[in-house]
Amino acid sequence: MIAAILSLTLLGAALGIVLGIANKFLKVEGNPVVEELLVMMPGSNCGQCGFPGCNGAAEAIVNGTAPATCCPPGGKALASAIAAKLGLTVDLSAMADDGPKIAVVAEELCIGCCRCSKVCPTDAIIGAAKQVHNVFREACTGCSSCIEKCPTEALVMRPVPVTLQHWVMPRPVAA
Amino acid sequence: MNSHVLTAQPVASPHAHGGNSVGRTMFRVQWALLPATLFGFWLYGWPSFFMWLLTVAACVGFEALALKLMGAPRIKASLLDGSALLTGWLLALTLPPWAPWWVPVLGGFIAIIIGKQVFGGVGQNVFNPAMVARVALLVSFPVPLTWWVHPLPGGGLPAPDVVEGLRIFLTSLPVPDAMTSASLLGHAKTEMARGIDLLHSLGGETSRLQSWFGVRAGSFGESATLLILAGGLYLIACRIISWHTPLAVLAGVALPAAIAHGIDPARFLAPETHLLSGALMLGAFFIATDYVTSPNTALGQLIFGLGVGFVTWVIRSFGAYPEGMAFAVLLMNALTPVIDRFIKPRILGRDRQGKPLDIPEGQGA
Amino acid sequence: MGFMNLLKHLLSDDWGVHPDDHKRPAADAPVRVMPVPQRLYLPLQQHLGGPARPVVLVGQQVSKGELIAEAQGMVSAPIHAPTSGTIVAVSEITAPHPSGLTLPAIILEADGRDAWGELPACVDPFSLSPAEIGQRVAAAGVVGMGGAAFPSSVKLVGASRAKVTTLVINGGECEPYLSCDDRLMRDQAAAIIDGIRIMQHATGANVALVGIEDNKPEAIAAMQRAAGRGDVVIRPVPARYPMGSEKQLIQVLTGTEVPADGRPADIGVIVHNVGTALAVRAAVREGKPLISRLVTVNGQCAAYPGNIEVRIGTLAEEVIAFAGGLKGDGLGLARRIMGGPMMGMQIPHWRVPVVKGSSGILALDASEVAAQEPNPCIRCGRCVKACPMGLLPLEMSARIRNQAYDEAIDLGLKDCIACGCCAYVCPSTIPLVQYFVHAKGELAAQDRTKLRNDATKKLALQRQERLAREAREKAEAAARRKAEREAAAAAKVAAEAAAVNAQTQGESA
Repeated sequence: MIAAILSLTLLGAALGIVLGIANKFLKVEGNPVVEELLVMMPGSNCGQCGFPGCNGAAEAIVNGTAPATCCPPGGKALASAIAAKLGLTVDLSAMADDGPKIAVVAEELCIGCCRCSKVCPTDAIIGAAKQVHNVFREACTGCSSCIEKCPTEALVMRPVPVTLQHWVMPRPVAA
Repeated sequence: MNSHVLTAQPVASPHAHGGNSVGRTMFRVQWALLPATLFGFWLYGWPSFFMWLLTVAACVGFEALALKLMGAPRIKASLLDGSALLTGWLLALTLPPWAPWWVPVLGGFIAIIIGKQVFGGVGQNVFNPAMVARVALLVSFPVPLTWWVHPLPGGGLPAPDVVEGLRIFLTSLPVPDAMTSASLLGHAKTEMARGIDLLHSLGGETSRLQSWFGVRAGSFGESATLLILAGGLYLIACRIISWHTPLAVLAGVALPAAIAHGIDPARFLAPETHLLSGALMLGAFFIATDYVTSPNTALGQLIFGLGVGFVTWVIRSFGAYPEGMAFAVLLMNALTPVIDRFIKPRILGRDRQGKPLDIPEGQGA
Repeated sequence: MGFMNLLKHLLSDDWGVHPDDHKRPAADAPVRVMPVPQRLYLPLQQHLGGPARPVVLVGQQVSKGELIAEAQGMVSAPIHAPTSGTIVAVSEITAPHPSGLTLPAIILEADGRDAWGELPACVDPFSLSPAEIGQRVAAAGVVGMGGAAFPSSVKLVGASRAKVTTLVINGGECEPYLSCDDRLMRDQAAAIIDGIRIMQHATGANVALVGIEDNKPEAIAAMQRAAGRGDVVIRPVPARYPMGSEKQLIQVLTGTEVPADGRPADIGVIVHNVGTALAVRAAVREGKPLISRLVTVNGQCAAYPGNIEVRIGTLAEEVIAFAGGLKGDGLGLARRIMGGPMMGMQIPHWRVPVVKGSSGILALDASEVAAQEPNPCIRCGRCVKACPMGLLPLEMSARIRNQAYDEAIDLGLKDCIACGCCAYVCPSTIPLVQYFVHAKGELAAQDRTKLRNDATKKLALQRQERLAREAREKAEAAARRKAEREAAAAAKVAAEAAAVNAQTQGESA
């Protein structure tokens, strides 16, 4: 019996030392997962999540201080992708997301005050002072920073229109 | 021109269908099993009929219960596809013909609930449900599962009628000694354990012709080798199963048996004896060919069949059990995902490793 | 099964399926030429590649064959007016597509005269260089008539550059119900052979192999008579779907495989449809653009199935009405299809136009259409046997069902040609092709999203730089102004001091 106790103790000690050495020499600096999450995010640093930019949000999600659903422009698609990557379970029902949205200017209401174009993180709104403004579809990330700035409520969020080129055949319903 | 708002989901091609269905496939397999089953009823009488009936009923009943408990959307359609019925039928064919009532019920429970529904239902099980049930019963209740009975036409006592058959079935009375018999494989193994080699123990046994026509003791379905073979060939002709698995199983048993019998006839059974006894034919054509638990490709099926045959021969020759088919099938079922992972068909335009084929020199835009 | 099919089956090389033909009696009925309808709807995208750009204005009068939309980009094709008339609109119409979405089109009102405009002069094709032939074919807007609608001039010019040795002509028409190529081969064999010879000259191929399925004996006989002896060889092939698929036809006719991720030109082969050969001949010899095609109207609901010669842009509704309408006014109609039943597209209603690649209009009833309710997969492996590309449809669809798209790609999703053989044989009626098309679409959407995210990230960065630059310039300007102000103030002080000095000096003097 003494032999058994001794041998197991020695084995445990030896393996523990090996693990300690490995931790010292094989340590990975930084967290590559944060980089991978950053690639998936919109990258416009709109701040709707409450963190300092997309980098802040990625780090918070990896730390566990933020849920995967914290990015409104990313929507359900981004939340489920992050959850899949990190192996988390995520409750998407709380998210108010029915698809990607972009901002649209109602031209008859726009007074050309330029308040919206100043806050757009990707400069997607074009328009000089006292001229009607417009949003570049391709540049808008759907961060909604411009919506509350407009004094005449000319800016609304609309779902991205589906075109024939971008239409995807829906997944069949499983048995 | 206004574009209409689509109310129905868009449907992809193809819009035509070949008419194949799961129900039709299962029905054909049951049709192929019918001659051997009817012959079994004739051989073993009413108790065997009740045993078959209760096995099938138990399997279908437990499937209905499981589907209801899981809240499955289309219970009636799922039951009518015939898969539970087939599982019950195959299980009944591997049980002793005079098994008492609780054996089919317990077998049905294990086969459907544990062997199939727990894994996720139709198409998701890893192991053959009928074999799971049989092995579980065999290991848990070895004696009732090896109570072989003399075929009634050749036996000493008169055949029991309906009431007598029901009584035997329901009360699990011990079978009169005049009725019990050992199967050929069982006899050979017990004699071997006693030190009597094959040349002596099999001397007075049933002739080969009798084995072919099945008038010998054994499980309910193993009796009529010829009828089972006919059923199997019918399935191959209908393209329900392919010839790869059955041929591989038979070869997997016959080849090692031939070599071993050649080396030591007193210790190893002859290949014909192997092929004609036990549930080998049933296993080769009906059990190892189960869609869900066998590999996807022809080459994979050949490897699978050879494995089943070889392990059956090994267990029969060296193992403690006289009949090894059920264990062999379960062991190879466990290897099926591995076989599927490594044996894939070659994609057109790629080599066996999956790399695109080389463009010939001097060509290319 | 024919003898060739039996041999292939025994050798276990039985990819594909053998559906019921349904081609006769439609194939045996003579071709009916449909008169020009009142209005023609010409989508700007009837081909693979960039959409065409309109070059006409609303209200403009055009003649038959006049260019109304020009090709945009390297891979594109122009569109010509199928008849003379007035342009009434350039607007959105329902696309012949299962989504029911719209696409831009030119709407032409016929004037009844059907008068040809000025056409390029007729020339001897064999005196032209391959580049010139390519130009005439491109100017005529010829695209692949088998359904893929790839711009034919791009293919021909690319082939001559790649120095192909074998021209394969696809007379397979493996889809059930369709017989437009069959009728073309029976009625215009000589013209097709002429077109094949022109294409041979254009590509520099040594030999032309015409693959025709053996369920079309009359077409084979007619083509053999027209080809005679020479470089154009007529080769009957077993009637098995999808024999008309490019890769399968090349394998059966030449014994070589097209490498994955590659094109037939990589192994010295180029494939064209028989209808394309006819269109190339018309373009090169007579300078006529592609403005009409044969369309098969078939299906149990079609009252008088047959082949109709139709102007491009005719609504399917009008084609059916001309062909004799639907039985019982279409009461038993279960599905409307543009194309064949195996790879054709479901259309939302009949008011969609016939385009350059439309080979058939099918009105199917419930008995001909697949059931909708799928059952769980029983892993029978029939789909594996049927797949002509050697894929594992059951495994791929299981991965896609669980949204593991990357694993589906590892199993070979990109090699899937969406022929439909797997779903055709599936006993559980699982819509396998829909899984694959969905997955390919999702992956394309993910790629687009990634590109978009990269672009918006760059824009956000540029904005930061712009703001930083503006702040910097502002600070510099402010600093400069301050320096100027100080310099001016200093100068003023110096000037005052000098003036005071001068005054005191003057006073002291």
